Amino acid sequence: MSLVDATVAAGYTVGDFLLLAAAGFAVLAIGMLYRAVKGPTMQDRVLAVNVLGTNTVVILAILAAALSEPTFLDIALVYALLNFLMAIAISKFTVERGGVL
Amino acid sequence: MIDSLGTLGTLRVGLIVAFTLLGLFFSFVSMTGVIRLPDLYSRAHTASQADTLGAGFGLAAVALVIGLEGTGFKTVLLLFFIFVTNPTAAHAITRAAFEEGIVPWTEGDDRR
Repeated sequence: MSLVDATVAAGYTVGDFLLLAAAGFAVLAIGMLYRAVKGPTMQDRVLAVNVLGTNTVVILAILAAALSEPTFLDIALVYALLNFLMAIAISKFTVERGGVL
Repeated sequence: MIDSLGTLGTLRVGLIVAFTLLGLFFSFVSMTGVIRLPDLYSRAHTASQADTLGAGFGLAAVALVIGLEGTGFKTVLLLFFIFVTNPTAAHAITRAAFEEGIVPWTEGDDRR
């Protein structure tokens, strides 16, 4: 018997709880989207999308555990790499001389 | 049932619940900061600190669920990677903004 099927409270399993937590993270991500849409400067939007991407990685990892799908973890790793690359690339693009790091 | 897990299993389930709730809390703090703080530099501060901690707690909970199986090490790798890259990305974005000439917020500035 895997840990995902263990009961937390009132008949709900750890898997149910993790799915609920993933839903909570998704709601928080929608809140962060506000800054990505409104943000006065371009860097504000990049920062908001970066935070959103980190949230997405956590959601993917939680879904991997809750649904017992280990391949989701690989997708989460690739997503984290692309997210970092996106932030660095856009920052580098706007700075003309020198580096951003 | 929770009784069939033994003391260690019960402790593990409790830790999973606690870490997930802490992760949700710190992500909420990060979201509040990103929405409500006045300028890019303060937003980058909350995005790199609170969000990294929230993601760390969330991934720690996932690592506890998966355990020491073959895929468990990927979660730890992901956690380590996020801890390294998230502040780095925030630093790069802030540096780019400063080079572009965005003025930091000071008292009396009513920018939102």
